[in-house]
Amino acid sequence: MAASTVWQLRPWAGASRRSVRILEHDLLVFRRGWYSYMLSGLAQPFLYLVAMGIGLGLYVNRNGGLPGGVPYLNYIAPALLVTQAMMAAAFESAWPIMAKIMWDKTYLAALNTPLGAMDLLVGDLMWIAFRATLLAALFLAAIVLLGAASSPMVVLAVPVAVLTAIAFAAPIMAFTATQQGDGGFNALFRFGITPLFLFSGTFFPIEKLPLFLQPLAWLTPLYHGVAVARSLSLGQIEPVAGLVHIGALVAFAVAGVVAGRITFRRRLEV
Amino acid sequence: MGHAQIVPGSSNDGSVAEKAASGPDSCFGWSEAGQWNPVAAAWARLRPSGPGCGHLNPVAAAWARLRPPERCPAYHPIVLEAAATPESLIHARGLTKRFGAFTAVDGVDFDVAPGEAFGFLGPNGAGKTSTMRMIGTVSPVTAGTLTVFGLNPKRDGPKIRARLGVVPQADTLDPELSVLENLLVYGRYFDLSWGEARRRALELLDFVQLTERSNDKVEPLSGGMKRRLVIARALINEPSLLLLDEPTTGLDPQARHLLWDRLYRLKQRGVTLCLTTHYMDEAEQLCDRLVVMDQARIVAEGSPRQLIERYVSREVLELRFRRDDGEADDDAHIAGRLDGLAERVEQLPDRVLVYTPDGEAVAATAYERGLRPTSVLVRRSTLEDVFLRLTGRSLVE
Repeated sequence: MAASTVWQLRPWAGASRRSVRILEHDLLVFRRGWYSYMLSGLAQPFLYLVAMGIGLGLYVNRNGGLPGGVPYLNYIAPALLVTQAMMAAAFESAWPIMAKIMWDKTYLAALNTPLGAMDLLVGDLMWIAFRATLLAALFLAAIVLLGAASSPMVVLAVPVAVLTAIAFAAPIMAFTATQQGDGGFNALFRFGITPLFLFSGTFFPIEKLPLFLQPLAWLTPLYHGVAVARSLSLGQIEPVAGLVHIGALVAFAVAGVVAGRITFRRRLEV
Repeated sequence: MGHAQIVPGSSNDGSVAEKAASGPDSCFGWSEAGQWNPVAAAWARLRPSGPGCGHLNPVAAAWARLRPPERCPAYHPIVLEAAATPESLIHARGLTKRFGAFTAVDGVDFDVAPGEAFGFLGPNGAGKTSTMRMIGTVSPVTAGTLTVFGLNPKRDGPKIRARLGVVPQADTLDPELSVLENLLVYGRYFDLSWGEARRRALELLDFVQLTERSNDKVEPLSGGMKRRLVIARALINEPSLLLLDEPTTGLDPQARHLLWDRLYRLKQRGVTLCLTTHYMDEAEQLCDRLVVMDQARIVAEGSPRQLIERYVSREVLELRFRRDDGEADDDAHIAGRLDGLAERVEQLPDRVLVYTPDGEAVAATAYERGLRPTSVLVRRSTLEDVFLRLTGRSLVE
């Protein structure tokens, strides 16, 4: 069965409109703590932007600055926006999903209703996209307030951040369904997510990385998300490169959903 | 292989459903599970008389490929035929579940009729839960035939689950939601409107006596309360068939009796109950009919009374002897004295069980023959005696 699923025409095949019910469930849970979530969602961008953009930026700008005279704050702001959405999505697709599969087993309860494994995957993916949208929108507000954007196109960085979030969340959810505990997540974050955060062109261009590491950056969704968001925010749009980056993000998301269909079914429909 | 054919007129041999399972498995590459396989699709197009729905028009073929399989005409006759299977709510023939090399359920046959309370009785690891999960359509059938409401679980899982209530072994309540919200969300999973979900939830909380706890979180509830909430949750879609997997394991006697009472009321209302248990008293209390499972097979089938009549005597005489005064010939001695008195005598380390229609009379005769037990107990046979007779006394881990 698993072999034929790879050939599925639509990556979301098997999901129904009922996956919205899972999103609804998550929103009901969210209703309890949304204010603290929003507050930290707004405070964090200010912390990052002030510390890195303005604090660190002072030294960068003083020592010749960036090519084209771009202020360092404007350089990292869109990258941090994408990174924040990505980090939140990575977290949300690890521990909370594990709880639903294994610790609280609420997925098992849901599977006794007309919902199927793909509805759970797609439903929670929509939820993660929703949270990423909220975070990215709050970050955008902070960027605008600090005057850290050079172009009104910066608003398009929000959908780019959401796409990046999904490109991370889908494969990580697929991975989560293969795990028997949260041990794997620590490794994933320590050796995967955190290095990506630092070396995907967030704080400095990947051209400054050692040559052999540069192709690796291409293989990570974050690099593509950061590149597009930055070009939008700085108003330096390169259509071809932009489309390639977007295509890469879509490919990661689709591959993640296809992998998730296999691992979710293998885990939940036994 | 146990054969639990009870439903009158259900002499269907499962051939229709088997045909459905093995029949045209590909419609322009759509498998029954709703998956599209390009190789099968190409093959279907190359074989005009094959399972390709009869379309030869490439536009229709492309359309058929893009549409979900229910639009594919070849599937309809199968669904209609399957729906025409007997009045049994659950119909299983040669039902088998394997996990790799391990066989959890090994070719079991049974039928569950509407309105009855049907039980799977058996030790841990006998295959009860695997059977229930297949009926609940959350676990694919490895081999054999299974229909639920006359539908095929493989293809009509969501349709079947929409009419099922399931009380799983683990509570699986959502700790992030309140008692009431747990029910509301579950109602939404069944596509109820918020208003309707709320109306039913409040009614059900009253039914399971949890109204005062509706706004509490789930975690602080006692085990019995959680079980009641899970039962309420399973009823939110007003199911005609309720599956309960060890509903009262781990509960105190009060909680068990309250649960039994609620289940009995549901049965009165015409809800079909299908439950697993390893408590004999539970099976005797709740089940009209049951099967005993052991090592993945059904080893006996009948009503609790029938099983007792068939496998054990009406009464059991329990005799205890003092063993510490050095009578080396104990066992042989006792067995000799009891010889010919009963249908069956079972010697356990601490007592002797004598299966007989009349315990008092045997006790008197044994006394006349010189046996001096330290205690004598005559009791009615229970399902537990049947169970131990059929599944043995050795511990199953």
